[in-house]
Amino acid sequence: MSNNLRVVENATCTFCGCVCDDMILTVDDTEKRIVKAKNACVLGRAWFAEHTIEDAPAAMISGKPASVDDAVAEAARILVEARFPIIYGLSDTTCEAQRQAVAITDMVRGNIDTTTSVCHGPSGLAFQGIGESTMTLGEVKNRADLVVYWGGNPAESHPRHFTRYTVTPKGMFMPNGKKDRTVVLVDVRRTPSAPVANIFVQLKPGKDFELLWALRARVKGREIKADIEEITGVSLAVIDDLVQRMKTCRYGVLFFGMGLTMTRGRHFNSGALLALATDLNEFTHFVAKPVRGHGNVTGADNVVSWQTGYPFGVNFSRGYPRFNPGEFTTVDTLSRGDADAAMIIASDPASNFPKAAIAHLRRIPVITLDTKPTLTSSLARVAFRTSTYGINTGGTVYRMDDVPITLRKAFDSPFPDDETILRALKEKVQELLRSRMPRGAKSAFELPLSA
Amino acid sequence: MSDTICIINGSVYDPANNIAGEIRTLYVRDGRMVDAVSEPARTLDAQGMVIMPGGVDIHCHIAGPKVNLARKLQPEDHRRDPHPGTIFTRSGSGGVVPSTFATGYRYATLGYTTAMEAAVTPIGARHTLEELHDTPIIDKGFYILLGNNIYLQQLLKEGRKEEFHHAVGWWINSTKSFTTKLVNPGGDEPWKGRRNSNVSDLDEKNEVFGITPREIISAFIDVADAYGFPHPPHVHCNNLGHSGNVRTTLETMKTAGDRRLHLAHIQFHSYSGEPGQNPGSAARDIIDYVNAHPNITCDVGQVMFGKSTIMTADAPLAYMLRGIKKAKWINADTECESGCGILPFSYQEKIYVHALQWAIGLELFLMSQDPWRVILSTDHPNGGSFQSYPKLIRLLMDREFRRQEIAKVNKRAIGKTVLPDLDREYNLNEIAIITRAGPARALGLTNKGHLGAGADADITVYDENPDRELMFSAPRYVIKSGNLIIDNHEFCADFSGRTLHIAPAYDESIVPSVRTFFESYYSIEFDNYAVDDSYLHEHEVIPLSRAAT
Repeated sequence: MSNNLRVVENATCTFCGCVCDDMILTVDDTEKRIVKAKNACVLGRAWFAEHTIEDAPAAMISGKPASVDDAVAEAARILVEARFPIIYGLSDTTCEAQRQAVAITDMVRGNIDTTTSVCHGPSGLAFQGIGESTMTLGEVKNRADLVVYWGGNPAESHPRHFTRYTVTPKGMFMPNGKKDRTVVLVDVRRTPSAPVANIFVQLKPGKDFELLWALRARVKGREIKADIEEITGVSLAVIDDLVQRMKTCRYGVLFFGMGLTMTRGRHFNSGALLALATDLNEFTHFVAKPVRGHGNVTGADNVVSWQTGYPFGVNFSRGYPRFNPGEFTTVDTLSRGDADAAMIIASDPASNFPKAAIAHLRRIPVITLDTKPTLTSSLARVAFRTSTYGINTGGTVYRMDDVPITLRKAFDSPFPDDETILRALKEKVQELLRSRMPRGAKSAFELPLSA
Repeated sequence: MSDTICIINGSVYDPANNIAGEIRTLYVRDGRMVDAVSEPARTLDAQGMVIMPGGVDIHCHIAGPKVNLARKLQPEDHRRDPHPGTIFTRSGSGGVVPSTFATGYRYATLGYTTAMEAAVTPIGARHTLEELHDTPIIDKGFYILLGNNIYLQQLLKEGRKEEFHHAVGWWINSTKSFTTKLVNPGGDEPWKGRRNSNVSDLDEKNEVFGITPREIISAFIDVADAYGFPHPPHVHCNNLGHSGNVRTTLETMKTAGDRRLHLAHIQFHSYSGEPGQNPGSAARDIIDYVNAHPNITCDVGQVMFGKSTIMTADAPLAYMLRGIKKAKWINADTECESGCGILPFSYQEKIYVHALQWAIGLELFLMSQDPWRVILSTDHPNGGSFQSYPKLIRLLMDREFRRQEIAKVNKRAIGKTVLPDLDREYNLNEIAIITRAGPARALGLTNKGHLGAGADADITVYDENPDRELMFSAPRYVIKSGNLIIDNHEFCADFSGRTLHIAPAYDESIVPSVRTFFESYYSIEFDNYAVDDSYLHEHEVIPLSRAAT
């Protein structure tokens, strides 16, 4: 540590969807790194500590260092020449960068998708079918006397969720914090989140939908068969106790995680939970909220929605946005072999996608923007090294409850930020498209699909 | 970069300057109307055409958190109405809640060049500004929801009027908004805190804060008056949609005395009858009061048959409507600030209540004696899409067409109204007032809604056509801030438009008190709450009519 220290207050941690904006960062301007992150959780501390400046080229073409300008030109050429370019990722960058990414996709008539399609995508679909009674996190802090977590383990995935927003904080109508609340955890195993809960309900794996549907039936006063315990692992007495608590609380909330959305049933599971929250409003005030993972995945949903009308899995090949999850979601466009070029922004699908999708990613030209080398960047034709949002660059992110927050930069990075690269790329793409237009063409519709 | 343009031979409707259908030559330079241009870069021959200032929408819902939730909610609605891009313009999705780009382009396609988003939570201001920046062509601003703000209610409860004044000023500055918006004032706390109940009377004391809706409304009128806001509090009255709400609406207007007040979508507040029973029309009572009180402005909130989307900070109302079909519904609580309800909806000719609502809106228009104060709106997308304005204009201008439409709807409902007896037809000058000059004046936008020298060069040129719906659906030319945007019915350029907001001065000594409240009850840091100027892009601060205090 040098003596060249500086403190940045009210900084924001973008590691997870909690987007805690009360960080007090101590920055070492000589060593170009954050030496202390007060208020950060264990994940946040690692996030801030690990984002140091490494000596690396800002851009690579085919594995060799290149100028940013040459890399932008090569990336633009790839995108314009492709017949089915896909753009994916977006959940770990700013809304400003996301807006540029959608613009580029619109121009090249490509396909845009975010990591939502592999995390809470099913919740997005359930939302479209059922709607959602929901809230900002401050409402939970101020009002919620019953907090239910379902299929999630915030103690490990969102360590400050309990302490900053939902369980321990004292709020306007919850003056004693945790003492005023009942916390319920529903999961298939006893996770490190269980000790926080007053009631732990262990259900059999893959039986979320069945248990949720039984709860809905009991909320409506319907009889259910006695074999419910055999099916779900949860007794009728426990179900009825939960129903009673949910109907009589003043302000109830259901948080749900990927244990619900990414197990058998997917959007049926999310839908059943959202419907349960809706039903309970006949008796009291009840809300629900998916616990989102990435720092700005909620921003990605918002930006793609306001620009196209749809939250993820959007295709522009006809000159206007179309939405079809399962067709235009990235696992599918890759596994089917549709995509003939890919730009991956702040995500590493090569490390976690299905085998067929990764195999196809290896066959096509790939452009990456990331703060660190990844498996995906290692197979990229064009790889940009960009600065880290919330550490080296400002911009806007949306917390899991759609609350937008402006980031504060802690220290400068020699690497450009995602927005700068994407803006340059957009201009280059525009230039190439104009030059390719047949004489007399009046609209983008008349552009040839490929060179 | 804007052009010098000259428009010749057109029939000009500029009510603010007492020009009604005269052939005049108009000149544009540097984005403004001017008296002459020596060698215009472009001359448009408007022979046989009607020229009006660009339209001004005083009340619509086009950007921000609730609008985006409604967009996400309805892929089925976007799917049937794609909005292709052009070489100049971005693509998007249409439907009742279009994407941001489609919203801007489609307003321009109707000849509208300014639109005000009517309800934004303060914490959602940053989001709204981001969306408005992606809403092209038009100038825009938004109203900030303060009528259920808990901190402000606490100040009122404690009688701290002076601090209340400055806190409102602080909130407007922190959000870059245009005026205050009150929605079902006092109704949030019973909704969130008392098992989804509501307030029903203007003088009903809130259990928690011990103040009444009337006290809240009155306090906001005082603040706007003292500051000289260009536009007074924009009020969505209590009891929206309920039978017998005419009493609440009249009492709300009386609360203002002779001070300025804008009532939003007044059609939804003009029902006679008893709560729980079918409503009747109270259009006569409402419009008589409005006609007789020049301090009141209102927009109608006309219902148009077909698809709509209910999106409102009046969460209890949305929940009540959800009960009809029990189909998909959104409730979204915003900490310390607001509630919100959203659901897809459709108005049908044969349903008594819907036909009555449609007829009441038309009654209000046709019995209005001062078009400057009874402004065209559909409360987009609540009463119907802004894209139905041309049809609404035809209903007002074409008696025969109106008769045909009346014949299609629920007869029992029509029987409760005087609509069949109203023979009035709006003329082009009156249309120019209710869609341009009137809303601009009500908003205090002195550079909009007219074509005199110095005005913003926002101009629409329509082909004269006896089918007024067709005519107002497709202007031949649209000029925005001096830039030709639509040339011969086609987009020839893109343009980003400006954000319009106000910046009332406030006493800094209020800040520590607001900060203390934030630290206890908000979930984001006080220092990260206020929106900085980087979200404004091109913007204009609209001056207050009184000097800073």
